[in-house]
Amino acid sequence: MEELIKFTLNGKPVEVTADGDRMLLWVLRVDLGLTGTKYGCGESYCGACTVLVDEKATHSCMTPLKMVQGKSVVTIEGLANNGEMHPLQRAFMENDALQCGYCTPGMILHAYELLKKHPNPTEGEIVNGMEQNLCRCGAHKRIIEAIQAAAQAMKGV
Amino acid sequence: MSTDSTDLEWENVAGQSPMSSDQSSSGLSRRQFVQILGGGLLISVLPFPALGQQGGGGRGEARGMVVSARVHIAKDGLITVMTGKVEGGQGARAELTQAAAEELGVPASRVQLIMADTGLVPDDGMTAGSRSTPSTVPAIRQGAAAARNLLIAMAGRRWGVEEKAVQMRDGKVTDGTAGHELSYADLAADEGQSKALEQSIPSGVTVTPVKEWKVMGTSVPRPNGRDLVTGVHQYPSDITRPGMLYGKILRAPSYGAKLKAIDLSRAKAMKDVVVVQDGSFVGVAAPALFAAEQALMAIAGTASWEAAEHPSSEKVFDYLREHAQGGVPKNPFADEMAAAGKSLRQTYHVAYVQHAPLEPRVGVAEWQDGKLTVWTGSQNPFGCQQELARALNLSRDRVRVIVPDFGGGFGGKHSPDAHIEAARLAQAAGKPVLVRWTREEEFTWACFRPAAVIDVEASLDAKGALTCWHFVNINSGGSAVDTPYRAGKIKCQFVGSDSPLRQASYRALAATANNFARESFMDELATLAGSDPLAFRMAHLDNARLSAVLDAAAKRFDWAGRRAKKEANTGVGLACGTEKGSYVAACVQIAIREGRIVVQHVCEVFECGAVINPANLLSQIQGCITMGIGPALREEMRFQNGQITNASFWGYGVPRFADLPELDVHALDRPDLPSVGAGETPIIAVAPAIANAVFHATGQRIRQMPVKL
Ligand code: FES
Ligand code: FES
Repeated sequence: MEELIKFTLNGKPVEVTADGDRMLLWVLRVDLGLTGTKYGCGESYCGACTVLVDEKATHSCMTPLKMVQGKSVVTIEGLANNGEMHPLQRAFMENDALQCGYCTPGMILHAYELLKKHPNPTEGEIVNGMEQNLCRCGAHKRIIEAIQAAAQAMKGV
Repeated sequence: MSTDSTDLEWENVAGQSPMSSDQSSSGLSRRQFVQILGGGLLISVLPFPALGQQGGGGRGEARGMVVSARVHIAKDGLITVMTGKVEGGQGARAELTQAAAEELGVPASRVQLIMADTGLVPDDGMTAGSRSTPSTVPAIRQGAAAARNLLIAMAGRRWGVEEKAVQMRDGKVTDGTAGHELSYADLAADEGQSKALEQSIPSGVTVTPVKEWKVMGTSVPRPNGRDLVTGVHQYPSDITRPGMLYGKILRAPSYGAKLKAIDLSRAKAMKDVVVVQDGSFVGVAAPALFAAEQALMAIAGTASWEAAEHPSSEKVFDYLREHAQGGVPKNPFADEMAAAGKSLRQTYHVAYVQHAPLEPRVGVAEWQDGKLTVWTGSQNPFGCQQELARALNLSRDRVRVIVPDFGGGFGGKHSPDAHIEAARLAQAAGKPVLVRWTREEEFTWACFRPAAVIDVEASLDAKGALTCWHFVNINSGGSAVDTPYRAGKIKCQFVGSDSPLRQASYRALAATANNFARESFMDELATLAGSDPLAFRMAHLDNARLSAVLDAAAKRFDWAGRRAKKEANTGVGLACGTEKGSYVAACVQIAIREGRIVVQHVCEVFECGAVINPANLLSQIQGCITMGIGPALREEMRFQNGQITNASFWGYGVPRFADLPELDVHALDRPDLPSVGAGETPIIAVAPAIANAVFHATGQRIRQMPVKL
């Protein structure tokens, strides 16, 4: 059923008239043109579609649009601040924490939530926190290093 | 500036006729190039057979003359290099950019690389078999070096000095005299040079020796890294075209099932839905994915199918053996082995696995004036062009394939699939169509690394030296089937079989299966000989490069120390191997926890000649080890009644963060040796080293991948 859904997207208010049962992933990608959020499985098993909903890492492939009514959604496109990359984005680049990069938006957004919970994460906390995100290229080690580097860079911020 | 080739406007150049005589194989004329890249100097590559000393880059030999541009220098000095190679995460974009920058004498950031757009780039063959480093890097270096030489020659003429006196620095040349300075922009603006367009790269143009490398040999980062971490980069999945429809394809309910009948009327009655049937190909397209799914569902229920026999994964190894082409070869050394003091025979099984790249297959197709443009994530853009031309009955020059940097391939993305499906639907719809495979489609209808049945038998003399060695790989392939170990008599064979699943290349091909069997068997032989696994291997190795990596890995890992310090439920194992001219050795430590294998530590040493990009090499080796842990511990396709029964990331366990061992990776740099690829061989030592460590921990021999306790 078509309904009017209002939410904040990357800091700006948006209104979408669409079937509220459609998954947020496709609304972001198709209706709103934000293709940084990726499809990897559509079943909540890979984390490629991770976005932040009220600061919580959320699989947009299994999140009906109506669930974000009145909430704040952040996608990878919204993480940089006035063209200034987020420390996580910089750390992923500097640590070469990606190969094909297809998992990267989901990784970075999940790491964002992780660093909110654990500003100084141990390796074990990173492994547990990132467990839902798959990387087929095997960049895991450098992803852990990047998250640690970002945590350092964000100290006192 | 984005280096993404999809930024270029094909519309500007489509439909121009007649083509001028300097038309490239891609159907693009000199004039069209100028429209896209601006005026300037274009340097073409020689026909492929003359390229490089290493046998050429691609299949140009078979195709005849391929002459098109390699390096373009615009009047503002912007340098564009063109290659048919693709980027799927393996780092070719950085490596090929730095190859060009090195020879041009400019920083890597000055070079824009256009990859894998059949309308713009030369055919460098498919991106597979670790050929980019040994073939395409030299080809690009020659093209770039030719451009540099033109600049030097022009300077020599202008200033009336010998070319020897002209120095190259930061993209400029000078002879030391004040005011004597010329850049690539000057070269492109030079009337004489611009008239001599389509300069051919002279064969044998000299390239910079390794000891003078400034850009190569350094860790040049991924040129589009920023676009990747900010979500700006457009993967094939992210391409949209005006008025684009979403396509869905009818899939058979089981492998080999034949479509007997289907009623399309319900889908045809739906608003804005396009339905196509061509024999067993049935597809629908609609303005929204959901509508296409509904339409497909409406007709799928009306289809009747004739099922076919299909073996189950439980029986597949027997099936492959029974269907070995020409039968399973007999041991030619049976008599000698029977007479030998000690002999051993074992069989190893390797399950089917899948590449499962995180980005599933996708194709976007658009027709305009009888010409077809397709965006897809393929390792074989020119192959796709040919497949599309054949499937749609077009001449090749009416098909353009663009491969934006895509989300992983690992050897599996070069089969005809989503791009042809999209093209067929787009043709019928008269509108652009996107076909994106679901993960389930990917797990079912993409391709698989072949399963293997491997028989190995060998005999030892009284001193524990190998006397006979007989090795037979059934079904999975001949890569690294030959043993690097000395033996009195050796026979290594591969025989094909009748694979029930659609097979394709996978990172390192059959080298993983063959090395798994060989290195596991070598461990068993070491025990039979009463030797240490390291000493036993070393005693049979004549290859200095292989011994060097094995020795280095054992030292870094403290093989002797760790082996002696064995604790309950832990074990160490090692393996080594060589494939495609590179060498690898791995030592691992594992623990058994609650009946499960935990890989705790992997020390791997790898050597692939002169290192071109240390950071990318590290990423490739780490990636191979991590990826290799999957098929070693868990990954296997399960199937029954012609259906995959674990077609999801839930049922098919790829490596996760929790699987990551401590990694100690070391690359041996050999500047004295030619560079070869690094994206494959580092995977082949992982599984056997783990299996051998399980034996050390438990006393149980492991003879199948994935390892089962
Ligand atoms: S696409 Fe959402 S978890 Fe995989
Ligand atoms: S970088 Fe390719 S999937 Fe993670």
